[in-house]
Amino acid sequence: MADAALKLGAEPKTTFLDKVSDLLPEQGHLNLCLTCGACSSGCPATGLEGMDPRKFLRMAALGMDEEVTSTPWVWMCTMCTRCVHACPMQINIPQLVFQARKSWPEEKKPRGIVQSCKAAMIDKATSSMGATSEDFVESVEETLEQVRSQQRGYKDLQVTFDRKGAKYFLNQNSREPMAEPDEMVPLWKIMHEAGADWTYGTAGWAAENYCMFAGNDEEWEKIVRIKAEAVDALGCEYWLNTE
Amino acid sequence: MREGKIKLSSDWNKDLKIKFTIQDPCNLVRKTFGDSVAGDMRYVLKACVGEENFVDTWPNKSNNFCCGGGGGFLQSGFKSARQDYGKIKHDQIMETGAKYVITPCHNCHSQVHDLSIHYEGGYECVHLWTVMALSMGILGPDERVYLDANLSECGINECTLPPDE
Repeated sequence: MADAALKLGAEPKTTFLDKVSDLLPEQGHLNLCLTCGACSSGCPATGLEGMDPRKFLRMAALGMDEEVTSTPWVWMCTMCTRCVHACPMQINIPQLVFQARKSWPEEKKPRGIVQSCKAAMIDKATSSMGATSEDFVESVEETLEQVRSQQRGYKDLQVTFDRKGAKYFLNQNSREPMAEPDEMVPLWKIMHEAGADWTYGTAGWAAENYCMFAGNDEEWEKIVRIKAEAVDALGCEYWLNTE
Repeated sequence: MREGKIKLSSDWNKDLKIKFTIQDPCNLVRKTFGDSVAGDMRYVLKACVGEENFVDTWPNKSNNFCCGGGGGFLQSGFKSARQDYGKIKHDQIMETGAKYVITPCHNCHSQVHDLSIHYEGGYECVHLWTVMALSMGILGPDERVYLDANLSECGINECTLPPDE
C-alpha cells in the first residue's frame, strides 16, 4: 500500500466517480462500499497490475482520477459482473471500469480491440474480422455443397439468406465462416432435424461487437442498430445469437 | 428436446464413460438469463453424455468464474495477463477431472482452448452443438476438429456414407 499518507486536494472537485454515478441508475451504488472485499476475493483479475476491484473503487472514491483512468487493468477486467453478484451492496464496479475505458484516448486503447471495432464498420456485415456479406455467403454455400454431396440424409439440406418471414434469424461469429466453416454444420443439421424455420441475413450476420469492448458507444450503437434492423426487415420473430 | 423434435442419446458414452463439464458463459448466464438457462444447458448436456458422466464445476451457474476470454481480453494484446487471469478457471476445470469442457460461447471457447494448451491441462473444449450432433448420430467427419482420437470416429458410419440415390 501507499508509503505516505495521501494528500487530498483542499478544494472539493467533481471526481471521475461523481461523473460515473450521474450516468447510472441509483448511481450504481458507487458510494455504498463497505470495503469488505468480497468483490476482490472472487475476482480472477485480482492482483493483475497490482489492482483489484475494491482497490479500484476505493481509489476512485478518494478522487485518484489520474490513476483510475490510466491503469491498464481496466482492459484486464472482463466486466464479467461477478463482483456485483458477490457484493452485499450490489455496487456496479464493471460500469466504473467501462467508463474508465471510455476515458482513454483512442490511440492509447489496445490496438487489437480498436482495430476489431473499426473492421466491423467497413461493411453492413458488422464483422470484426472485416469479412463482407459476400464472403459469408460464399463460405456458407461452399460448405453446404460439401455436406450435400458427402453426408447421408442431407442431400437437400437448406440454408437460406434474407428469407422474409422466417421465424428465427440466426447470426454467426465471424470466425466460423472465415476460419473454421465446418463448425457451422452441426448447427444447421440440428436446426434441420428440429424442423426450425430459420434464415441467415446478409446484413448484420456477424455476432460479435468489439466496439462495445473498445468503449466506443457511438459505433457500438451503430452495429446494434444494423443488426436489429436486419432482423426487423425480414420480419423474423426471434433473433438467435449463437454460441 | 422437450417437444420430442430432436432425439439425443447418450448410448455412445455408456462404455466410454468420458467425463464432461460445462463453462457457464458470463454473458449468457449471470448477465442475461440467470440460473434457469444454466439449468437448461445441463439438461441438454446430460441427455447427450449421460447424467453420470457430467461433473459440474464449483462454483457454477450465476456464481461461476469468468474464463478471461470476454470483454475484448482476447484481442487486447495482454496475453500473459489473460492466461494468469484464466488460472482460476483452469484449476476449476482440473478439479472436475473432465476430459471435455463445453463452452457455449465463442470467447470462452477460444480462451479455454488456449488455457488447456498453456497449462498443459489435457482437456478438450467443444461447442454444445458438437456434442448434440454427436448424440444425434449426425456429426460429420469434418466436424470433429476439437474432439480427440477417442471420439474422432464415434458413430461416424452413420453420417459418412454417400448420399442416398
